[in-house]
Amino acid sequence: MKITKKEVRYIARLANLELSEEAIAQYSKDMEEILTYVDKLNELDTRDVEPMAQVIYDGIAISTMKDDAPAPSFDQEKALRESPLSGAGHFKVPKVIER
Amino acid sequence: MENYKTLTIDEIQQGLRSGSFSAGELAHEALRVSKAENERYNSFIHFCPERAMEAAERVDAELAAGKDLGPLGGVPVAVKDVIMTEGLRTTCGSRILENYVAHYDATAVERLEKAGAVIFGKTNCDEFAMGSSNENSAFGSVRNPAVPERVPGGSSGGSAAAVAGGFAPVSLGTDTGGSIRQPASFCGVVGVKPTYGRVSRYGLTAFASSLDNIGPFARTVKDAATVLGVIAGYDAKDSTCANVDTSDYQAALDGDVKGLKIGVPKEYYAEGLDAEVRERIECGLKLLESLGCAIVEISLPHTEYAVATYYLICTAEASANLARYDGVRYTRRSSEMGTLEQMYAKTRAEGFGAEVTRRIILGTYVLSAGYYDAYYRKAQKARSLIAADFKKAFQTVDAIVTPVSPFPAFRLGEKVSDPLEMYLSDIYTLTSSLAGNTGISVPCGETSEGLPIGMQILADHFNEVTMLKLADAFERGVGFEVQ
Repeated sequence: MKITKKEVRYIARLANLELSEEAIAQYSKDMEEILTYVDKLNELDTRDVEPMAQVIYDGIAISTMKDDAPAPSFDQEKALRESPLSGAGHFKVPKVIER
Repeated sequence: MENYKTLTIDEIQQGLRSGSFSAGELAHEALRVSKAENERYNSFIHFCPERAMEAAERVDAELAAGKDLGPLGGVPVAVKDVIMTEGLRTTCGSRILENYVAHYDATAVERLEKAGAVIFGKTNCDEFAMGSSNENSAFGSVRNPAVPERVPGGSSGGSAAAVAGGFAPVSLGTDTGGSIRQPASFCGVVGVKPTYGRVSRYGLTAFASSLDNIGPFARTVKDAATVLGVIAGYDAKDSTCANVDTSDYQAALDGDVKGLKIGVPKEYYAEGLDAEVRERIECGLKLLESLGCAIVEISLPHTEYAVATYYLICTAEASANLARYDGVRYTRRSSEMGTLEQMYAKTRAEGFGAEVTRRIILGTYVLSAGYYDAYYRKAQKARSLIAADFKKAFQTVDAIVTPVSPFPAFRLGEKVSDPLEMYLSDIYTLTSSLAGNTGISVPCGETSEGLPIGMQILADHFNEVTMLKLADAFERGVGFEVQ
């Protein structure tokens, strides 16, 4: 499976990652190698197989449910504590709306 | 304290009850030894002396008041730095969280301290638990105490090294595709990956949520069983944490394994397995047979698809989980601001290391429009087939015995340049992770060069009892108990 630098650039944009040209070249090579290997899965006939998203074990389906009851959570001050920039009870980010 | 490096939980508790030492003295010794050795082994990212001394003083005060010790009363514990400790840095081995101070305690941490444990340091690991050698940490590689020019394994390399080197009697690690079992094997200690859902993931920094587990390292199966008993069990804060009874794991270690049926999957003893590792595992199987177990060959036919399946699923989940580190909520933001999108992209590029970036890119690709069905959904279907292999096998056998890794600990730097080769080496551990089964690595001898080898025992969902019973009987038989 051929992975072009253009594709890696596009994926990096989707993933919000700024990559150097050197890194893009390296990752396109790595991706190509890994995706060629995973093509192995195409040997499997999975037409009638259900996809598995989570480990399923024998038990009562709702046994991990909890009551829908409100409980205390972080206060604003605590939630903002590790933010690089905050103020007036909010996370601050670069301006996104032009006046 | 002369014998700190070999103390078991029982010996610690006897020492405290008889007054040979106090919990405070023990905590002090844990910190002294670990700090002194850290220059060489780098198994800790940071220490928490204040929190440790507070916990130790609580234990000493309770003893003085005539109360009995909790199951981990006074025991120094090292915790992998992907597990939240309120008020302490929790870096995940990453630059992006270098200065992040956890907002809350993980449930496992809360339960440890409630049982009297003295958490004194946070251990080094591959960045966000992604790696098999601990060489992906932003805080440097860890050395293997058994063979210092070699890697300790990963991703929980620091936690394994802490126990192997005698810096901590027990520690917590995490295992997504083998990150407890493989370093336990490389370092010559016991490591347990519980059944998915057995231990709450609340407060475990998410890597691949459908695969992540917290579990213990120890120098004996009994000590690992004690720690597992403390951290296991239902937690309303993790909706995937199963509401099933936990057992008294210690009490299960009665040595009686007569009549247990052990499956040996033929696919695991094929090409690529180091000859010395194979020989040691075959000796291990003979020992189990001599203890009265029946050894039968089984087949797990979809094994060859496991590495591809695992690396599609774990990278997809990782790319989604790591989207939260965007320079808004978690301490680090690039000094070059620009627009919002530029701020995200620069912060993440500066903060993530090469392996994490590689996995985010792969995961984003396999989830992207046009590729989702071909890769991610295909992998989820293959996962069903792999899980069905194990379900079928456990209808006829009580446990499955395999190697942990195809080879023993390799040299620092030896495999860093080939990511795919590193991924392929996880084959024996990640296959059962996809199915959610429990597994343990128990020391099973050494190579002629003196490199530790671990044997893996796997058991069915929530059947930790059978697995620990076998591992304990094996350990006694092989004479590996701490002398």
